[in-house]
Amino acid sequence: MTRPVLTIENLSVDYLVDPPVHAVKDVSLTLRRGEVLGLAGESGCGKSTLAYGIVRLLKPPAMITSGRAVFHSPEGHDIDWGDLGPEDLRAARWDKISMVFQGAMNSLNPVISIRDQFEDIFRTHRPALRRRERRDRCGDLLERVGVDRARLNSYPHELSGGMRQRVMIAMAMALEPQIMIMDEPTTALDVVVQREILREISRLRGELGFAVVFITHDLPLLLEISDRIAVMRQGEIVELGDALDLYTDPRHDYTRQLLASFPSLTGERGSFVRGALDDRLLALDAIDAGAAKETS
Amino acid sequence: MTTLEAHGLSKEYRLRHGLRTSTLRAVDDVGFTLGHGRTVALVGQSGSGKSTVAKLLLQLERPTSGEILLDSEPVARRGAGLARYRRTVQMIFQDPFASLNPFHSVEHHLARPIRLHHPAMTDADVRRRVLHLLERVRLTPAANVARRRPHELSGGQRQRVAIARALAPEPGVLIADEPVSMLDVSIRLGVLNLLATLQREEDLGVLYITHDLATARHFSDEILVMYQGRIVERGPADDVILRPRHEYTRTLADAAPNPERRLGELRR
Repeated sequence: MTRPVLTIENLSVDYLVDPPVHAVKDVSLTLRRGEVLGLAGESGCGKSTLAYGIVRLLKPPAMITSGRAVFHSPEGHDIDWGDLGPEDLRAARWDKISMVFQGAMNSLNPVISIRDQFEDIFRTHRPALRRRERRDRCGDLLERVGVDRARLNSYPHELSGGMRQRVMIAMAMALEPQIMIMDEPTTALDVVVQREILREISRLRGELGFAVVFITHDLPLLLEISDRIAVMRQGEIVELGDALDLYTDPRHDYTRQLLASFPSLTGERGSFVRGALDDRLLALDAIDAGAAKETS
Repeated sequence: MTTLEAHGLSKEYRLRHGLRTSTLRAVDDVGFTLGHGRTVALVGQSGSGKSTVAKLLLQLERPTSGEILLDSEPVARRGAGLARYRRTVQMIFQDPFASLNPFHSVEHHLARPIRLHHPAMTDADVRRRVLHLLERVRLTPAANVARRRPHELSGGQRQRVAIARALAPEPGVLIADEPVSMLDVSIRLGVLNLLATLQREEDLGVLYITHDLATARHFSDEILVMYQGRIVERGPADDVILRPRHEYTRTLADAAPNPERRLGELRR
């Protein structure tokens, strides 16, 4: 087996509110070089918190209470993200690991042109680059994700949702990182655009060989694109395995339940019988009569 | 027993570009019949005109041309006739976090439509009905749920309150615009199943608007595929999904995540 690119050891994240919320509990993972690792789970299961924890982007009241994330560079150095100071962290983010955020369409600055937002990356991380080269690179990056380079002069509101998402992916690739973390990158898009972007991601991965951590609740989607899948629930990884095994032979009850939540498009009708009310399905979302507080 | 029909429904919006104007045909010659006890799915990608159709049916927009018939009668423009139409055709919105008022209790949300449609009903009867509605959507213990405010419920529970609210005026037709797309995946089927059960009990016609082909297939009798305001393909659910004829339906079906396809590739 090849050397992994990222090792996460016993990572725990708490939200220090009253009472404290243990959002991520003792998660260990290895990310292999160039693989797509799917991270599946429902809202509130801690999958985004885990992603933010890896790159140390958590803000108070979130706190990493234990564990570490170690990046293994291709040259053979190990970098523990917890040991880096603020400046080193700033330099390492985006250069080694970049992120495509949830609702990425809204994470572009609306009052700055696409060109300036791109150049900002190079000015910060590659200050030695000449103006001319910088310009060229920005254009190349856009073309790589299938957006015309003339769009560099546009502002975010002049682009469609799908285009903005492509721009975000191009930005995440700007410094050719080893790892890209994508947090629900296609959730807000419709299926046709989503498919185009997924194709784009797998093509680029083939060309550039980066590893992807793909976070979503859409399990069928993950089964299609990932090499391995981790299923998360209440802050813990309950099952981790090859996509094929997970689909054909799920071990954990929760994985089975998630798989059963998606009726098959072309297959047999299976367990989903219309109008035959299955109270087991609703029991998953039953009222907690004792607690008058938050149930979701 | 209610039948909702749409004939040659079109809606144009005028767009202004400075001094020039142009027209956008959001819905173009759409027609269908929604019989009692039947589910018709309207599928298409964002911007295809699905939600505009819903707005037209709910009388929130007036069609540029075409007509909507309820039990073969054209819709009244105002007064008691329009009120009757509004009572008969009810809506379930996409976002249960936005469609319930955070200030009011669940009971208030359900009592209001009951009182509106039965002005003479006593408080005790209204309350009995509210609790009965909650039990029907399996939100039990009903008395406990009725006291709560929306923020004390999960997304799926809120959407069930929204379904109960839509059922409160005893409608004949439900229009469900992406009713489960905002919910957690593990509870989506439960809510859809519940909707189908209530539909059968009440003999309702349901227009299920969605971009999810898989649930459209399993949940409906007939599928209409919409593209750029037009219906490009229609037919029995299994036919449309398993044997699509139109180019666009195929694109849509190919775009939907389908683990079976990957499985085939990996096994090869």
